[in-house]
Amino acid sequence: MSDTWIILGASSAMGRAFARLVAAKGHNVILAARDVADTEHSARDCAARGAPMAKAIAVDMRDAASFQPIYDLAAAQSGTIHAAVFVGSMPEQAEIDADPALGDGTIQDSFTGPVHFLHGLAPLMEQRGSGTVIGIGSVAGDRGRVGNYTYGAAKAGFHTYLSGLRNRLTRAGGHVVTVKPGFVDTAMTWGLPGMFLVASPEAVAKDLWVAAEKNKNTIYTPFFWRYIMLIIRSIPEFLFKKMSI
Amino acid sequence: MRWNEMEYTGWGRVLKAKAQVARPEKPAALKDVFTETPAPAIGALRSYGDTALNDAGKVVNMTRLDRFIGFDAKSGVLEAEGGVTITDILSTFAPQGWMPAVMPGTGFATLGGCIANDVHGKNHHGAGTFGEHVLSIDLLMADGETRTLTPKDNKNLFRATVGGVGQTGVIVSAKIQMKPCSSRLIQVDERRANGLAEFMEMLKASTATYCVGWIDATAKGDSLGRGILEEAELTSSQMDPKLRKSRRVPMDAPGFALSPPVVRQFNKLYFNRIPAEGRGVLRSLEDFFFPLDKIHDWNRLYGKRGFHQFQCVLPDATAEETLLDMLRRISRAGLASPLAVLKRTGTGQAGHLTFPMQGFTLALDFANAPGAAELVQELNRLTASAGGRVYFAKDSLATATEVAGMYPDLADWQTVVNEADPARAFETDLTRRLNLRGAK
Repeated sequence: MSDTWIILGASSAMGRAFARLVAAKGHNVILAARDVADTEHSARDCAARGAPMAKAIAVDMRDAASFQPIYDLAAAQSGTIHAAVFVGSMPEQAEIDADPALGDGTIQDSFTGPVHFLHGLAPLMEQRGSGTVIGIGSVAGDRGRVGNYTYGAAKAGFHTYLSGLRNRLTRAGGHVVTVKPGFVDTAMTWGLPGMFLVASPEAVAKDLWVAAEKNKNTIYTPFFWRYIMLIIRSIPEFLFKKMSI
Repeated sequence: MRWNEMEYTGWGRVLKAKAQVARPEKPAALKDVFTETPAPAIGALRSYGDTALNDAGKVVNMTRLDRFIGFDAKSGVLEAEGGVTITDILSTFAPQGWMPAVMPGTGFATLGGCIANDVHGKNHHGAGTFGEHVLSIDLLMADGETRTLTPKDNKNLFRATVGGVGQTGVIVSAKIQMKPCSSRLIQVDERRANGLAEFMEMLKASTATYCVGWIDATAKGDSLGRGILEEAELTSSQMDPKLRKSRRVPMDAPGFALSPPVVRQFNKLYFNRIPAEGRGVLRSLEDFFFPLDKIHDWNRLYGKRGFHQFQCVLPDATAEETLLDMLRRISRAGLASPLAVLKRTGTGQAGHLTFPMQGFTLALDFANAPGAAELVQELNRLTASAGGRVYFAKDSLATATEVAGMYPDLADWQTVVNEADPARAFETDLTRRLNLRGAK
């Protein structure tokens, strides 16, 4: 029997790659993204690759009313419901510094929106007694840096939420994977200076699948970011506060 | 849209370009790029020379527009974005009973690239070129409008786009007719050909759906033009193919890796691997159609200097005499690599600038060693005087005068293209080098 994967933020490069991977494994996909017209293309792509059911639904992390149709469609499918959450936005920190209201948007897209969404979905998963949530956090959430600390703070909040949700769903037979990607080759990072060891979205998608299969709690992808972040986290604050990395 | 300044090369790695590269992930983002500035499209960068190069200019990388957007399992009609690769199409749809009707020698090529170069495969004598199986093209043009071209509507623009090396605009998506695929395994019969005349007779006499010859370009004397003929038919086997693991060439190989004694020895072993009476083997579709794709970055075997690929097609009337002349010069120069292919071509062509014509096609790699460029130039001259053609997807050394004599529909193509793109926004290093677009 096919499982159903909700892909939140399906038009992101990582979301797209992961949706294709689960479609090719024969699972249903519900592709939720802001740009529904474009996501229709992805839905047809997933159907051609083997998803028995592939549907595009418009969603806006800043409008909780847009979540209900996704819950309804998921509830209408039999079998296990999973969710992979790729949403988030990262304006330049300088832009947020100039207009603090921009930061609210980032926090909604990357933190409060997905938290609200997952909180609405959790009862259904508990009721089914199974299912995995893959939450995309960020290495930026491991330590606040001058370059993107609003986004980093939102992701740090999301990490903590995912940890709590894991605690909750585990007792109902579900699971939560927290994912902290390093640099991934997406439209968001294309042409940015200072990128190194950039991973392809397809490689990340594979890592996510393996992590979900193995019930991993927190993964870095590619794996070596665990060690990079270990070093960055262990820099004493009196030094770190003067650094710009 | 952010532009990424990058240095990149064609597959042969001899010619280089530094360009501003945009990489949209949605058709809408591609349109946004065009409101800023129209620019030529690039795909998987599997053409060898400079078709995809636009030094000091801008290009649009299409590889992220790679979705299947419509598939009819009854008719085998597939609509896909321009950046999907042939391997992706084959591996997704072969298990569902369909495969591309024409496939080039590498599965990494994109749909848009296959159309823009009107590529051919091992079945050209029967199935024609890739473009003959294209039902429609959605083309984003210099004016920012997307038009749907079919062989019937916008016929001229369709013919100028197929094989038109990107000069009419960007292929956003296209509809192709696939052909039924009864199995994921293919029966390959391999036989030795002991010399050129015998080889050409065998190629002419072959009735196989897929037919290709490997040629030993180091052989001399009586063995000149010897090789192995591969004839293949799809099977009815329902077994899953055993896919070999891919490997990557980790670094540029040193110069001696493909030096003349190594190549001669390799070719001898490769030839003698097939018993004198021939043999039949079952292969996976991937292994048969894309023999080199299992070795990622195999172009690095030629080292840092890169390599030239020469490919010509020669009409029946002059083919044998010219091939003999070419092979003599090649074996005398001792510069050839083991990668050399002789194939029969048919009449099929879908665009003004389609490469194949009825006759024979020869393709060879030469490491970019001293004397290699001169040899290829000589081969280009022989091709021109024999009434043949060189292939834009491979070429980096032909001249404008030679090419003008090779492509009889060039003037018609220029008229259509220069009207479609009057500001010449889609010119590339190739079109400038060969003056393909003509005088301004």
